[in-house]
Amino acid sequence: MLTRNIIRSVLVIVVSTVVFGFGYPALMVGFAQAAFPSQAGGSLLYHDGHVVGSALAAQDFTGPRYFHERPSATTPAYNAASTTFANFGPTTTALAQQVHQQAEAVLKLEGPYNPGLKMSDIPVDAVTTSGSGIDPDISVANALDQAPRVALARHLPPARVVALVHQYTTGPQWGFLSEPVVNVLRINMALDGLTGGSR
Amino acid sequence: MQFQDIGQIILYAVVVLVLAYPLGQYMAWVYTRENDDIVARGFFRVLGRGSGDEQDWKSYAKTVLIFSLIFFGLLYALLRLQGHLFFNPDHLPGVTWPIALNTAVSFVTNTNWQYYGGESTMSYLSQMSGLAVQNFVSAAVGMAVLAAVVRGISRRRMGTLGNFWRDLYRSLVYIMLPLSVIVAVILIWQGVPETFSSHVTALTLQGGHQSIARGPVASQISIKQLGTNGGGFYNSNSATPMENPTGLSNFVEMVAILLIPAAQVFMFGRMVRARRHAWMIYTAMFAMLAIGVAVSVTAEQQGSAVLQQSGVSLAATSTQSGGNMSDKEVRFGIADSALWTTVTTDTSNGSVNSGLDAYTPAGGAVPIVNMFTGEAIFGGVGTGLIGMFFYILIAVFVAGLMVGRTPEWLGKKIQAREMKLAALGALFVPTMILVLTAVAIATKVGQASIFNSGVHGFSETLYAYDSQANNNGSAFAGYGATPFSAAFGTIDMAFGRFVPMMAGLALAGSLAQKRTVPASAGTFRTDGATFVVLLVGVIVLTAGLMILPALTLGPVAEGLMH
Repeated sequence: MLTRNIIRSVLVIVVSTVVFGFGYPALMVGFAQAAFPSQAGGSLLYHDGHVVGSALAAQDFTGPRYFHERPSATTPAYNAASTTFANFGPTTTALAQQVHQQAEAVLKLEGPYNPGLKMSDIPVDAVTTSGSGIDPDISVANALDQAPRVALARHLPPARVVALVHQYTTGPQWGFLSEPVVNVLRINMALDGLTGGSR
Repeated sequence: MQFQDIGQIILYAVVVLVLAYPLGQYMAWVYTRENDDIVARGFFRVLGRGSGDEQDWKSYAKTVLIFSLIFFGLLYALLRLQGHLFFNPDHLPGVTWPIALNTAVSFVTNTNWQYYGGESTMSYLSQMSGLAVQNFVSAAVGMAVLAAVVRGISRRRMGTLGNFWRDLYRSLVYIMLPLSVIVAVILIWQGVPETFSSHVTALTLQGGHQSIARGPVASQISIKQLGTNGGGFYNSNSATPMENPTGLSNFVEMVAILLIPAAQVFMFGRMVRARRHAWMIYTAMFAMLAIGVAVSVTAEQQGSAVLQQSGVSLAATSTQSGGNMSDKEVRFGIADSALWTTVTTDTSNGSVNSGLDAYTPAGGAVPIVNMFTGEAIFGGVGTGLIGMFFYILIAVFVAGLMVGRTPEWLGKKIQAREMKLAALGALFVPTMILVLTAVAIATKVGQASIFNSGVHGFSETLYAYDSQANNNGSAFAGYGATPFSAAFGTIDMAFGRFVPMMAGLALAGSLAQKRTVPASAGTFRTDGATFVVLLVGVIVLTAGLMILPALTLGPVAEGLMH
């Protein structure tokens, strides 16, 4: 009874490994490459023939000319090969400090371009880490706060950048699923297309 | 909270019901059809003479245990040796023993607790041939055991419950595989990667380098949701955009999470010919789920005390979701994150689409309570409904005491043996959680795992043992990996999985031998609203009274202090 069950177990494990471990993913990879090659490869975005990133991964943007991502808890920030969240409890001083520092940083960055900006104008997603550390999106409110800075730094009319924000706002999907967002890498690529990139 | 958010939650409930009902009827057919298909006949020939014979509950239980043990051993060996094996494009080394032990038990028990970051720890071989296979098989073991238990309940004066290998085969081939393919196709379409290519390095817009992890993600994510597994390809699990890129992918994954546990209620109703009774069970489960969703969404939308004091804007408007966005993704906002968290902790699916450690005290209490009910609110595939059967027996027993009659359930007399097994099944796991949490809190070596200090650290510890015992696998991820926590967690998961399962099989074995007695005027009716109220009351009292002191030390204290 015992040995027979052990032999049967091993047989079943071998067969299920072949079917579910290799057959099933191989079938799905084959299907994916044929039907949805871009998505299957990680939704990569290209410029001049090289990969500039993925539409599904935040990357580090600094300086006044670009829209900035949300804060990231990964090491280094926006690490798309080792994702994580911050894990600060809701009542901890660590969270309070992080939020406070981030809010001050936002006011310092945007203040010169957007003099009326107050603490109560900053949307919560601009001062909190995301669930993955590579959240590729920011809220529309967050993007609109950054628009005056990006416009001035690029010598574009502010209305043009605001229009671009609305153009790059996606969601809710099908009008009701999830929230409206702005994909930061996509809108920054569009900006570079308008005025040329900067390194 | 926007109108659209409420609409989305209602739509979710409707879609689950509309899909679960017919699936339940189909599953009843799968487990009761007389003839084997041609592949199954070949399969039994390979397994040897007698492998497809009917088994009594002891034989069935032994087969489940041996099968799980062998699978554990092979998985452990694979994880330790992955550095020397093929299909490892990123040259990851073998997994250390405490992590390998914990992970192997975690996947075999359908827990999928993860003390590691998937993309940086597991080779493609480990992800595919070890963990992805276990996602299918451990779920199918749970489904097989439920099928046997339900068969036992439906049978009269018989000694057997069915055959484990047949139930396993049918669960995998007729239910899990087709559903996985459908869900995977939708996920790939929405942007979940599915490739054998390795990491890609991007030259970013500002001239930096970024390494982007990819792999056969979609095929694993679909089964991780359907099988109430929850172990992610990426460390951040379903919060990672590549595991869950859009509103639609999120919706489909949430449907996949609840689909089979919900369908099993209707499968039960059909197999025991008690459809109204099944509807009442569904109603009780759904009511408890809805309360959790309401509490969680409201608490998260208000935001935490720290965020309220910071002065930033938390109000929901047309341009931001507002609320407690700490460790949440913008595309999901509050409603999708809180709904996900409630549904996954009801069903023992350990996947997260937001960081639970950062939830508000009330929002974080919902998953702790959900899991503590022993997965009775829908619960894991198979194991959830078995957990509910224990509560049902307690409910009819209480009703019997009130009117002074021997309790009956579905025409069978419930006697001392059944009540002992039901009590064991319902009380063992919560008791174990409290004991393990107490030891982990009281010892120096146990405290080393705690990340956040004070009462929140207690919540992290309680959550860790609650989650592992109920084979959920989600975490207040602050709880860290030490050899102590890995070993303790291993015990927690193994006993949390197999003790209720064995109690369920023993109960079914006992019920299968009974004859049915016709219902009389004094029989407590289990197909009416009174039964729903009584059942919910029994669950709230049993689980609630056990968890309340612990809850007071954790989330309640935390909520009052700030």
